[in-house]
Amino acid sequence: MIGQARFAACRAVLLVLAATSFVCVAADKDPRRSGFDFMSPQTKAMQQDDASNPAMLWVSDGEALWNRRPGASERACAGCHAAAPESMRGIAASYPRFDATLQRPLDLRQRINVCRVEHQHAPPLAAESQELLSLEAFVAMQSRGLPIKPDADPRAQPFRERGAALFKQRIGQLDLSCTTCHDALAGQRLGSAVIPQAHPTGYPIYRLEWQGLGSLQRRLRGCMSGVRAEPFAYGAPELVELELYLMQRAAAMALEAPAVRP
Amino acid sequence: MARALITLPASAKRGEAIEIRTLIAHPMETGYRPGEDGRIVPRDLIRRLSCHYNDELVFSAEMFPATSANPFVSFYTLALASGTLRFTWEGDNGFLQTESRSISVT
Repeated sequence: MIGQARFAACRAVLLVLAATSFVCVAADKDPRRSGFDFMSPQTKAMQQDDASNPAMLWVSDGEALWNRRPGASERACAGCHAAAPESMRGIAASYPRFDATLQRPLDLRQRINVCRVEHQHAPPLAAESQELLSLEAFVAMQSRGLPIKPDADPRAQPFRERGAALFKQRIGQLDLSCTTCHDALAGQRLGSAVIPQAHPTGYPIYRLEWQGLGSLQRRLRGCMSGVRAEPFAYGAPELVELELYLMQRAAAMALEAPAVRP
Repeated sequence: MARALITLPASAKRGEAIEIRTLIAHPMETGYRPGEDGRIVPRDLIRRLSCHYNDELVFSAEMFPATSANPFVSFYTLALASGTLRFTWEGDNGFLQTESRSISVT
């Protein structure tokens, strides 16, 4: 009996060892890197310390908005969703998600606005407005450290495929696609800036260049005007499709939101 | 809305140097930049941050157009007595924000 128990214990230890070594190997083999890994030590320190991460200003605003009743229905976000740390855990890591009523995917900001209009009877918040970004940052904060888990709904797949095609589509006067830089030239420099692999691991981000918080769509539009293409409007289906594809591309990477980027 | 974040220890030993970190939301507009319409955006800066520890000034800093938006300022002071730290940011266009934090010193 004792021998059997010892054998079982040894086997358990071996299994644990095997499991941990597998995880290490898998992590080393994964060539994907968050934009965080390309940053200077100073910018990394800024993100990692909540006392110095300016995005936390928006998070604290978002927390106040979560409990506010903005519309005719006199309901706060907290009125239905209760405490965000439980109800919103993992939510930001899974958006955009397919919406069965609208028959199209919605990103997190669109979802917040749908909720505002339908349940709070309040006017939708403008794209990139202080309030919308604050709410997004507060919700995203609840998924910090969790792996990105793209929407598994098969109805989202055609939209995701369109996003993938858009990622490879050359656009603008410079005739560049996302993949030209972010797959083929990642890690190299564009002027003084390191080209990251374009994984949306930290949105909404506090970007030092913006001196403020911004969404993934703002970043995408910035790249589009950078290659001298006409950027899609905020909330355009194409941008949501790109977001959907990018989240799939970054699946299982840890969400760092709200992140700091140079 | 709370638009300032202040981080300091809730308690400290007497004579200990404590680190205080402050972060405030402010555009820190330089007054030199043209806006989208081509006109110069008027200057809007925080000019001064001061910290009073039990009504005694222990730290102050002046800020200028080269200071970034949402300025972060960190400094040390000696924990001498339990009481209140009062932080005041003053700036252009009558900007004035005051926050207080208490500390217990043993």
